[in-house]
Amino acid sequence: MSIIVEQLTRRFSPGGSPAVSDVSFHAPAGAITSLLGPSGAGKSTLLRLICGLEVPDVGRVLIDGVDCTSLPVQQRNVGVVFQSYALFRHMTVRENIAFGLNVRKLPRAEVEARVDEMLRLVQLEALGERHPGQLSGGQRQRVAFARALAIRPRVLLLDEPFGALDTRVREELREWLHALHTRTGLTTLLVTHDQQEALEISQHVVVMSDGRVAQAGSPEDIYDRPASPFVASFIGGASVLRGHVLEGRASLGSLALSVPAAAREGEAVHAYVRPHDIKLARSGSTEGVTPFTGRVQRFKPVGGFVKVLLRMPSGDEVTVQVPRSEFDALGVGEGDAVRADVLTASVFVGDYAI
Amino acid sequence: MASLTRRQVLPGFKLSLGFTWTYVGLLILIPLSSLFLKTFSLTWPQFWETVTAPRALAAYRLSFGASLSAALANVVFGLLVAWVLVRYRFPGRSLVESLVDLPFALPTAVAGLTLTTLFSAKGWYGQYLEAWGFKVAYTSVGVAVALTFIGLPFVVRTVQPVLEDIDVDVEEAAATLGATPWQTFARVLFPAIFPALLSGFTLAFARALGEYGSVVFISGNMPLRTEIVPLLIVTKLEQYDYAGATAIAVVMLLASFLLLLVVNLLQRWSHRRLDARPGA
Repeated sequence: MSIIVEQLTRRFSPGGSPAVSDVSFHAPAGAITSLLGPSGAGKSTLLRLICGLEVPDVGRVLIDGVDCTSLPVQQRNVGVVFQSYALFRHMTVRENIAFGLNVRKLPRAEVEARVDEMLRLVQLEALGERHPGQLSGGQRQRVAFARALAIRPRVLLLDEPFGALDTRVREELREWLHALHTRTGLTTLLVTHDQQEALEISQHVVVMSDGRVAQAGSPEDIYDRPASPFVASFIGGASVLRGHVLEGRASLGSLALSVPAAAREGEAVHAYVRPHDIKLARSGSTEGVTPFTGRVQRFKPVGGFVKVLLRMPSGDEVTVQVPRSEFDALGVGEGDAVRADVLTASVFVGDYAI
Repeated sequence: MASLTRRQVLPGFKLSLGFTWTYVGLLILIPLSSLFLKTFSLTWPQFWETVTAPRALAAYRLSFGASLSAALANVVFGLLVAWVLVRYRFPGRSLVESLVDLPFALPTAVAGLTLTTLFSAKGWYGQYLEAWGFKVAYTSVGVAVALTFIGLPFVVRTVQPVLEDIDVDVEEAAATLGATPWQTFARVLFPAIFPALLSGFTLAFARALGEYGSVVFISGNMPLRTEIVPLLIVTKLEQYDYAGATAIAVVMLLASFLLLLVVNLLQRWSHRRLDARPGA
């Protein structure tokens, strides 16, 4: 049951900039696909277009190869989980889960059996008679999952499902969702602004920006080979180095990297470097390929790592993440010069603008 | 008794409870008891004869019947108005918002006169209605119209905050689960707003039972046909039949009290269903 979206456009006000603009992507069957992007990128609108809560101005939505663009939401048979849980407060957990089955007028015995099955699936067997108000946030969200799954949906659409939960519960539920997906094998679309979440549990990631698809691919693709400056800066907390093309290489201060084929001599370039793609060494040591000297502006131990802010001779500031033991062995303090070896960086032609 | 001894955030529980009792006593209990005492000047057969006179029975029927239909009409249309005010943003919305409260503020006699003028045979509405054979002014329908006017804000203002509290997400979730708009209303929205709707109904109904000013103009006050209970009581007072007036008032009081009690019990039951919260 794949989801294919073709050239979807949705404009909320005539003449205004579209919330979703000419978006096409493919969510493979049986996989978790993440729609990742900053808030306002059009992810939620896209999800609403797919489940039928919004109607596109242009474009098509195909679920399992069938065009359902003009099918009303009630007939699309998709399971949707909202960030706000959207549970029915006056109903018990069991009644909530049974809702979609009751409106389909399924026989009572079948409804009861399905509700029991769903309660087992989300591990809430003991709480069936409670009301949503008596549950914790994580439990409520699991009820919302059970309610969405009870109708045996063709696909599962999740709109920031863990957005309202605290970090620990979020991480627990992320694992739980992964296990749930392994058991159900349902094609799942996950809207999130949390790159950690997207990279961790999805097999396919669609990065969105300003209503458009910025890049689609496997999490490794997205992380290791960002296709645009936006993706490079959005994912992985990269720092920016500025320079220009010199003798066919990107010259960034004392660092020289290979450049995209289209670059002309003298053109401005900028490079994104991830915090863990830089290795620090005492200044003066000579091994390594691309030596690069900076000064330690500030450093702060965060858990098992030390975050070091380096100031380059060019004036660029670079964040480096070093394992704590390595940093201690280095024995440098604020104001000291260090050698920084850049392992990998993504180079783009053009000037950098925030 | 635990709640009496538990530490409160605000001090002065005993003082405020004492004040509440004094206040309720002075304003409600004592005046109403004197009403009962006054009726005791009648003998039992006299009392029975007064309260079961054909004219009195007709007045009860009209008062309760018209109040009930007015309150029911307000439940339907008040819910609609509240819904529109909560869910849609349109030009003139704040105007509608303030117009809703007008029946609260307008002197009821003004409302009565206005309605009578509109619905009389030569009025703006009346001329067309009478052409179709509907008579509103000086009939029991007219009474119901006046009572509907008076009761509208009660339903709108009790339902509105509850509707505002319901997320659109909830309706959308119901739709994704396959519920038609009607099923979403009947199974998701209605149960959630039912207690508020019941409160609004009760308030509108109670207000309509006691309403006098707006009705006397539009009803025409014909004994046995368009005479409401409050008017009958005033008529008896004007004839210096104080005991007779209080006897009818007592019947009205008991009937209203019983009705409100039933509605309150119903409300408590529906609240219990809705708000099963931890520690509650």
